[in-house]
Amino acid sequence: MASESMSQHGDHAHPETHAHHDTGSIKVFGFWVYLMSDLVIFGSLFATYAVLLRGTAGGPSGADIFDLPLILAGTFLLLISSFTYGMAVLAMTAEKVKQLSAWLIVTFLLGAGFIALEIYEFQHLIHEGYGPDRSAFLSAFFTLVGTHGLHVFFGLIWILVVLVQLKTKGLNDMTRPRILCLSLFWHFLDIVWICVFSFVYLMGVL
Amino acid sequence: MRGNRRLRVLGVLLLTALPLLLAGCSSALLDPKGEVGMEQRTLILTAFGLMQIVVIPVIVMTLLFAWRYRRSNHKAAYNPDWAHNNWIEAIVWLIPCVIIVFLAGLTWYTSHSLDPHRSLAEDGEELEIQAVSLDWKWLFIYPEQGIATVNEVAFPANVPVRFRVSSGSVMNAFFIPHLGSQIYAMAGMDNDVHLIANHEGTYEGRSTNYSGAGFSEMTFEAMATSPEEFDSWVEGVRESSQTLTFPDGYAELVEPTINHPVEYFSSVSSGLYEDIVSSFLGGSEGIHVPPSDGGHGHTDHRAGEESHEDHGEISPTSAEAAE
Amino acid sequence: MFGKLSLDAIPTHDPIIMIVAVVMGIGAIALLGAITYYRKWGWLWSEWFTTVDHKKLGIMYFIVALVMLIRGFSDAIMMRIQQAMSVAGAEGYLPPDHFDQIFTAHGVIMIFFVAMPMVIGLMNLVVPLQIGARDVAYPFLNNLSFWLFVAGAALVNVSLVIGEFATTGWLAYAPLSGIEYSPGVGVDYWIWALQISGIGTTLTGINFFVTILKMRAPGMTLFRMPIFTWTSLCSNVLIIASFPILTATVALLTLDRYMGMHFFTNDFGGNMMMYVNLIWAWGHPEVYILILPAFGVFSEVVATFSRKRLFGYKTMVWATVCITLLSFIVWLHHFFTMGAGANVNAFFGIMTMIIAIPTGVKVFNWLFTMYRGSLEMSTPMLWTIGFIITFTIGGMTGVMLAVPAANFVLHNSLFVIAHFHNVIIGGVLFGMLAGLIYWFPKAFGFKLDEKWGKRSFWFWLIGFYVAFMPLYVLSFHGAVRRMQSYGPEEWQIWFIVALVGALLIMAGIVCTAIQLYVSIKNRHHPAYVDVSGDPWDGRTLEWSVASPAPHYNFAHLPQIGQIDDFWEMKRQGRVTVNEGPYEPIHMPRNTAAGPIISLFSVVVGFGLVWHIWWLAIVGALGCLVSFLARVFNDDIDYYVPAEEVERTERAHQQRLEEYRKWLEAHPEENPNAQVRMEG
Repeated sequence: MASESMSQHGDHAHPETHAHHDTGSIKVFGFWVYLMSDLVIFGSLFATYAVLLRGTAGGPSGADIFDLPLILAGTFLLLISSFTYGMAVLAMTAEKVKQLSAWLIVTFLLGAGFIALEIYEFQHLIHEGYGPDRSAFLSAFFTLVGTHGLHVFFGLIWILVVLVQLKTKGLNDMTRPRILCLSLFWHFLDIVWICVFSFVYLMGVL
Repeated sequence: MRGNRRLRVLGVLLLTALPLLLAGCSSALLDPKGEVGMEQRTLILTAFGLMQIVVIPVIVMTLLFAWRYRRSNHKAAYNPDWAHNNWIEAIVWLIPCVIIVFLAGLTWYTSHSLDPHRSLAEDGEELEIQAVSLDWKWLFIYPEQGIATVNEVAFPANVPVRFRVSSGSVMNAFFIPHLGSQIYAMAGMDNDVHLIANHEGTYEGRSTNYSGAGFSEMTFEAMATSPEEFDSWVEGVRESSQTLTFPDGYAELVEPTINHPVEYFSSVSSGLYEDIVSSFLGGSEGIHVPPSDGGHGHTDHRAGEESHEDHGEISPTSAEAAE
Repeated sequence: MFGKLSLDAIPTHDPIIMIVAVVMGIGAIALLGAITYYRKWGWLWSEWFTTVDHKKLGIMYFIVALVMLIRGFSDAIMMRIQQAMSVAGAEGYLPPDHFDQIFTAHGVIMIFFVAMPMVIGLMNLVVPLQIGARDVAYPFLNNLSFWLFVAGAALVNVSLVIGEFATTGWLAYAPLSGIEYSPGVGVDYWIWALQISGIGTTLTGINFFVTILKMRAPGMTLFRMPIFTWTSLCSNVLIIASFPILTATVALLTLDRYMGMHFFTNDFGGNMMMYVNLIWAWGHPEVYILILPAFGVFSEVVATFSRKRLFGYKTMVWATVCITLLSFIVWLHHFFTMGAGANVNAFFGIMTMIIAIPTGVKVFNWLFTMYRGSLEMSTPMLWTIGFIITFTIGGMTGVMLAVPAANFVLHNSLFVIAHFHNVIIGGVLFGMLAGLIYWFPKAFGFKLDEKWGKRSFWFWLIGFYVAFMPLYVLSFHGAVRRMQSYGPEEWQIWFIVALVGALLIMAGIVCTAIQLYVSIKNRHHPAYVDVSGDPWDGRTLEWSVASPAPHYNFAHLPQIGQIDDFWEMKRQGRVTVNEGPYEPIHMPRNTAAGPIISLFSVVVGFGLVWHIWWLAIVGALGCLVSFLARVFNDDIDYYVPAEEVERTERAHQQRLEEYRKWLEAHPEENPNAQVRMEG
C-alpha cells in the first residue's frame, strides 16, 4: 500500500546510523508536544462537562447513575496497567525482549479489561434509557469518558503493533522510540483517567 | 521613483477622506436619537481621536522615511548597523502604553455606565417590553398592557424602556441603531437591554446576528411617540380581533415566515414570555412548544419573575481550555 | 446503500452552479488530459505528490492556495454584485439560500484554504533554510499534513456540485448549525472539511515547533534566529494550543448532529453560548496564527531592502511573544453583546487593547529600520509600506471594536467586516504576497517580474480602500453583515463603490497571474534568473545556498556566530564556496503514504457527509491500513552519495563564476551597484 517510490538515490540508511540525527530523542520530544495538544482536547471536554453538569433536563444526575465499585475496579485495572508498562520499559532498558513482550501482553490485557468494563457501563446506562441523547449532561459525560476510552482503544492497537514489530524486527532504533512514546501515551491516559475519576465520578457521587 | 509619489498622493487622500467618510451626515450612529446612542457616539469619536496620536504620525513617518531614505537619494544618511536606541525603544513602548491606559480607563468607565443591563430609570419608572426573535420576525409582548405585536414596537419618547430579549429559535440580536446598544437574543435565556428615545420618530430596528434564510428581512419599526400617541396606539392594538395564547397560538406564530406583516394581538396569555423562555429548559420533545403534560415543572420557574435577579447578567461560560 | 445521496443532490435547478461546474469540469479534464498527454503522471507522482522535501511541499501549498484564492474571490465578487443590486425590495440574482452558502464558503475558503496554506507554505519553504536544517523533524508527517489539507479543500469543492455547502456563516454558530435548523448536508461538509484539514494543521504545528527547537544549525541560539523563524515558532505554539479546541468543538457539534446529543441545542440542557466561547477560544488565536508569520515576512523584507539591520530585534521578539500569550485571553471580545456583566466585558476589552501595544511597537520598529536605511522600492517593499499604513488603520478600528460600549453598536455591522479585511488583506495577504515575491527566486531560481508586480500592488492597494472604506461608512448607517437584501436606497451607492473596489482587486489578481506568466516565460533571461542564490543581497542563511536550493539544502551544516550571520560574513568577505571534501548526506525517502491516506480520508468524509456508513468504514480502514503499512516500512531514508553532493555543488560554483565574469563585463546590471556610502 504505502510503497516507497523514488529510490534512484543510493542505498537506504541502516537503522544503526539514525543516531546521526538523534531522531530518537526528537521523536520522543515531538510526542510530548503531541500529548500537550491532546491535553487541550481533554481540557476542552472537561470544561464542557463542567458547564453542562447541571444540564440534566429532568434526567438523572451523576449521583443517580454512577456505579462507583465498578468504576473503581476499572480504575485499578488502568493504574496497574501503568505499573506493568513501567516494568516493560525497565525490561527494554535491560534489553530483555521476551520479558518486554510479556509485560506488554499483561498491559494489553489490563487495558482490554478496562475497556470491557467501560463498554459494560455505557451499555447498561443506554439500556436504562440514560443514553447520551437524554440530556446535555449525559452527552458531556459520555463524550468525555468515551474520548478517554477511545484513546485507550488506540493504545491497545498500538501495543499490538509494537508486539508484532518486536517479533519481526526485535529491539532496534525504530522500535525503541515507539515503545517510549507509547509509554508516555499510556501514562498520560492514566493521568487523564485520574482526573476523570476525581472530577466526574467522585465529585458526581459526593 | 514614480511609485513613491503615487504612494504619497494616496496617503494624503486617505487622510483627508477618512474623517469625511466617518462624518456621514445623517447616519444612524452619528446622529443618534437617544441618550445611550449619544454617549456611544461620543465614545467612538473619542477613541478614534485618541488613536490619531499614533495613527497619523505612523502614516506620516512611513511615507516620509520611504521617500527620504530611498536608495537614489544620495543626500540621506545610511547607517547599516544602527539597530538599537534605548530612547527610541522606550518611547515606542511608552506612547502606545499611555494611550492604552487612557483608553482602558475609558473602557472600564463606559463598560459600566453603558452596561445594557443597567436601568436608565432613576426613579424606577420604566416601561417593560419583551422581545422574542422568531424565524424570521420579532414578537413584542407588553406585559403591563397585556398586548403583543409582531414586527412593530412603540413606546413613548423620553421614557426609559427595558427590553427583555429572548429567542424562540436560533440566536439573533436585537438592535435599533438610532437608539444604541444591541443585545443577543438566545433561546432559553432572559437577556435585557435598556434604551431610551429622546426624540419622537420612527426608527428602523433589526436583527443583526445572522439567523438563516429570512434574516435580511428580519426588520421592525420602532416608534418613539408622545405619551398620548402611545396610549392611542395601545388602544389600537387592543381593538385587534387576534389574541395570542400559549402554547397553541404561539406554535402557529413560530412557523418560519419571511417578511411577516405587522400583526396586533389584543390580549396574550399571562406569563407568555416566561413560558417561551422556560419552554427550552425542560427535557421535552418539540423544541418550540413546551410539553402539554408539564412533566418537567421543576424547571418552569427558572426564568420567571421570582428568580429574575439571577438573570440580570448572563455570564458566558468560561472556556478554560483557552489557557 | 447511498445514504442521503441521490441524483437530486446535484443542484441542476441552479444555472450559476451548473455553469461553474461545467467550466470546472472542462478545466479539470483539460488539465488531466494535458498531464496524460505529456506523460507527466509518473514525474508528478514521484517528484511532487510523494515528496517529503519541505521546499516542494511549500510550493504545492502555494499552488493550491492560489487556486482556492480564485474560488474564494469569485464568491466575493458574487456577493458584491448581489449587494449592489438587491436594494428596496429587489431580490438581486442570488436567492438567500445560495447567497448564504456563498458568504459561508467565502469565509471558510479564505481563512482555511487560502490564508492558512499560504502561511504554512511559506513556513515550509523558508524555515528549515533559515535555521540551517536539511529537513523538518518529521518529513513524512509534513507530506501527510499537506495532503490532509488538500483533502479538506477537495471536500469543500465537492460540496459545490454534489449537495450544498453550509448556510451558517463561516463559524457555524449553534444552534443554527444544529440538525434541527440545518438538516441538510451543508454543515456536514463544513465539519469534515475543517476536521480533516485541521488535523493536518495540528500536525504541521507540532512538526515545525520541534523542527525549530531541535534542528537549528550549530551556534544558532534562540536569539540568533531570524525574525520570520521566531514568528513561525510562536505561530506554531498557537496552532498546537488552539487547533485542538477547534477539533474538540467541531467534534461536539458532530455528535449533536449525528448522534442526537445536546451540547449546543436549545433544549435538553444544551448551551449554545458554550459553542460561541469554544469556537472563539480557537478563533482568536487563529488570527494571530495568520498574522504573526506575516509580521515575520515584513521584518525580513524591510531589513533586506533597507540594507540595514532590523531595528530592535529583541524588542521585536518579545513583542511577538507577548502577542502570542495575550491572544489567549481576549476571545470574549467577539461577543460582548452576549450580555456578560460589565466587569467581564471591561476585562476582555482592556486585554484586547493591551495587544495593541506590542503590535504598535512592531510598527515603530519597522519604521526605524527604514530610518537611515538605503531603501530599494522593490515590490516586496511596496507591499510592506502598503501594509504598515493599511494595518495601522485596521488596528485602530480594531481597538474601537474592543471598547465594549462602542462594540454594542458596531458589532455584527459592516464595520466588523471592514475591520478584519483591513487587517487580513492589509496584513496577512499583503505579507504572503510580499513573502511569495521575496522568496520566489529561492524556490524556483528566477525572480518575478517587477513591473507587473507593482501593477498588482497598486490595484490591490487602491482596490482594497475602494472596496472596504464604504463598508465603514455603511456600518454607521446601521448596515449589518450577511444581508442578502436591504431596504434603504441611500445605501446602494456605497455598495456599488465597494463592487468597483472588488473589481480593482480582481485587476490586481489578474496582474499577479500575468506577472507569473511573464516571469516564467523569461525565466532564463539574465534580468530574471537568479544565479547567485542571493538576488536581494540577503541577510539570512537561506540566501547562502543556490537557487533553487539543492534538495539536501546545505552541503555542510553552517556554523552560526550572530544574528544576520550571512550578511556579516559577506561584509567581511568571509563567504566562501562550499569546498569539499563532501560527505554523504542522510535524507528521508519519498513516501506514497501521505497522498493515499489523504485519499481515504476524503472517502471517509464523503461517506460521513452523506451517511453512507459502509463507505466511511471502508475509508477509515483504508486510512488505518495505509498508516500501518507506513509504520511497518523500514525503508524510509537513504544517503545522498558524496559524489552527487559534489556534482551539485560544483555545478553551482561554476555558474557563480560565470555570473561573476558576466557582471564584470556588465557592471550596470549589478543589483547592488547603487548602494550609498555609510555615514
